[in-house]
Amino acid sequence: MNGYNFAYLDEQTKRMIRRALLKAVAIPGYQVPFGGREMPMPYGWGTGGVQVTASILGADDILKVIDQGADDTTNAVSIRHFFQRVAGVETTTSTATADVIQTRHRIPETPLRNGQILVFQVPIPEPLRFIEPSEQETRMMHALEEYGVMHVKLYEDIARYGHIATTYAYPVKVDGRYVMDPSPIPKFDNPKLDGNPALMLFGAGREKRLYAIPPYTRVESLDFEDHPFEVQTWEHTCALCGSDHSYLDEVITDDKGGRMFVCSDTDYCQTRRGEVA
Amino acid sequence: MKKPALERPVLLDVQDITRLYGPGKGCEEIDFRLHAGEVLGIVGESGSGKSTLLRVLSGLEAPDAGRVIYRRLSNEPEAARQVNEPEAARQVNEPEAARQVNEPEAARSGQHVVDDDEATSDFDLDLYAIGEARRRALLRLEWGLVHQNPRDGLRMGVSAGANIGERLMAQGQRHYGRLRETGQEWMRQVELDPGRIDDAPRTFSGGMQQRLQIARTLVTRPRLVFMDEPTGGLDVSVQARLLDMLRTLVRQLGLSVVLVTHDLAVARLLAHRLLVMRRGRVVETGLTDQILDDPQHAYTQLLVSSVLTP
Amino acid sequence: MHSTTNAQPRLTVEALQKSFLLHGQGGIEIDVMRDLSLTLHAGECLVLAGRSGIGKSTLLKMLYGDYRIHQGRIRLHFDDGELELESLPAYAWHGLRRDVIGYVSQFLRVVPRVATVDVVMEPLLARGADEHQSRQRAETLLARLNLPERLWQLPPGTFSGGEQQRVNIARGFIGEHPLLLLDEPTASLDAANRDVVVALISEAKARGSALLGIFHDEEVRNRVADRLLPLDGSLGACAADTQENLS
Repeated sequence: MNGYNFAYLDEQTKRMIRRALLKAVAIPGYQVPFGGREMPMPYGWGTGGVQVTASILGADDILKVIDQGADDTTNAVSIRHFFQRVAGVETTTSTATADVIQTRHRIPETPLRNGQILVFQVPIPEPLRFIEPSEQETRMMHALEEYGVMHVKLYEDIARYGHIATTYAYPVKVDGRYVMDPSPIPKFDNPKLDGNPALMLFGAGREKRLYAIPPYTRVESLDFEDHPFEVQTWEHTCALCGSDHSYLDEVITDDKGGRMFVCSDTDYCQTRRGEVA
Repeated sequence: MKKPALERPVLLDVQDITRLYGPGKGCEEIDFRLHAGEVLGIVGESGSGKSTLLRVLSGLEAPDAGRVIYRRLSNEPEAARQVNEPEAARQVNEPEAARQVNEPEAARSGQHVVDDDEATSDFDLDLYAIGEARRRALLRLEWGLVHQNPRDGLRMGVSAGANIGERLMAQGQRHYGRLRETGQEWMRQVELDPGRIDDAPRTFSGGMQQRLQIARTLVTRPRLVFMDEPTGGLDVSVQARLLDMLRTLVRQLGLSVVLVTHDLAVARLLAHRLLVMRRGRVVETGLTDQILDDPQHAYTQLLVSSVLTP
Repeated sequence: MHSTTNAQPRLTVEALQKSFLLHGQGGIEIDVMRDLSLTLHAGECLVLAGRSGIGKSTLLKMLYGDYRIHQGRIRLHFDDGELELESLPAYAWHGLRRDVIGYVSQFLRVVPRVATVDVVMEPLLARGADEHQSRQRAETLLARLNLPERLWQLPPGTFSGGEQQRVNIARGFIGEHPLLLLDEPTASLDAANRDVVVALISEAKARGSALLGIFHDEEVRNRVADRLLPLDGSLGACAADTQENLS
């Protein structure tokens, strides 16, 4: 598209972001500040993820964008169109064929492979923020590994609900060192963070922070010995593909209480139906 | 009859501390030793520098000059070092080299510690030379600080049980059931209803909040506790109960305490020994009764005679 | 006069002086004691005599570390050496008071709202004694001193003078200190309770404690004293009833 640099951002900005990303990869889970730019979309719509994607995208890359697992929701469609226009890259809905996948709130069900990059959109990058409003203090707490308060939050969950009620943005410890907010993915997806062959990058546009989990990195979900980390399970199977092991969305079908459970990962569901059919 | 063993090891060796915000504002040339098992009261009017001194002693504020040496017993493991065991933390921690460089220096000033034969050992920690990581871990795990206002020492947003358990969780305890048991034990210890373990501190009265703060601080059995007007702002009847509780805890846990108070009656009942401060300096030190019954310095005499019932 | 004359003394006081410098009153200095010396043996009760305000309480307070020692020597003697109190660092007094020197003052000074029996047993708990046994000892003493059992669980703050005095005596005697300082322990007691105190003192002597006391009651004094030490000679001319004014 005329008038714009490839993938919208100028090369200086991309270089700056790449430098920050290199640092983030070098220190897994550590939040690296970067000079976030104004993007032609409001904060909260994935400006952090878009800047990361713009900085790493090559002309030959195939891009996939999902929102809550779906390729066809507004946010996913508009970001996909954005990169089609400003970078002219090929796009796909297939997890397996994509080189770069930008995501909001999910990790695809199809196992990722080495060489793929998953870019997360992050609203609040700081896992300690709920208890400590001062940025200076949270950075100090990370530096000194003062992570006792993270368990205070989990303790409080059990005290209040009888179990750890945190179901998304469930805090993890990366490579035995930094406690990290995995973005608001369901805790169902947390095990996929551990030892994943793909590179995972996280971008927070409003807070101007980047962080990363390099391929094959140890990622543990915080828990208690007598209340170990567990993922959600469903009594149902996917109404469309019959999957009994994927993350399901509840869909209300009428005004009379009718509802069904379907895979939140649309590509996965369709692929299975293709296979099943 | 044999001579009684009166020697007590020095726990905190305070060497010529000066911290001034401006001329006459802060504390100057404070030099004393706190012995194991002692409750040391720091008394003086507001503005006498006692709170500044407490901040410096408790690791919250570096002095302009002087040193605070924490003398650990040789057989104790340092909780502060254990907690930061993970590899990466070492890099953030003060490098070992810095610690070793620092040691001979401490040994050289050994003659400073005249009232004790004990030589400066390898286990001494120079509070402001050990680096922030170890200092903060020390404060969090081996020491305790009780604030005058319980809101400053509690997490008001989480339950009483979470408040008590936090230091244990910071030490790496990861068993919810045991954390909860310990929380209830401590609530009983400080005379709070263990049935209220899931209630938020804001539903507690001021006196109960203060007791909760004390439980939260003492749960890791710190050796050294700093208290800033712990009974200030409480009703007189609540004060008495808290004083008795503090005395009992000091005895049962073998705590050493630095207590800042402007209330000489509180000092009389809690402190073994007093430092009297005026305009940033210590004007008189001695046994608590001695200071209150036979004050030597003009200012101490004025202070003692100005109180209704010291 | 008593059996322990030849034994090593437990306490010796030599050339003790005391004066108070009052900064608030133009820096006047008041002498309350001059050149006082005494020797006290184990198993002996020495009673300080002399008119009121002559410095008897002052001496007890100096021996207890309550008043500073500026001039003179106070030594405690043990089998394996002696201890100079005038040069003792402040922190060392904590242990000395806990284990060696006991003090029964005229006034009860305790944390308000603490039960009487807890007040009495505290000196034992401070030594790490078993709580149950300490409580029993405290109750035995309170019973001996005829303090009604219904008062044991109440704080002594609201008690009558005589009742408070008995709580104070129980607290003072429970620790069985080798050196016991008694400042008018029988002042507000009736005859029956005076007898109990006299018995407690006799038992302490029999245990080998050394006692130094002030008793205004002549009858009690004659019953407990092995020796009398008149203080009048040790006092400077300018001293009057200043001690009372100070406290």
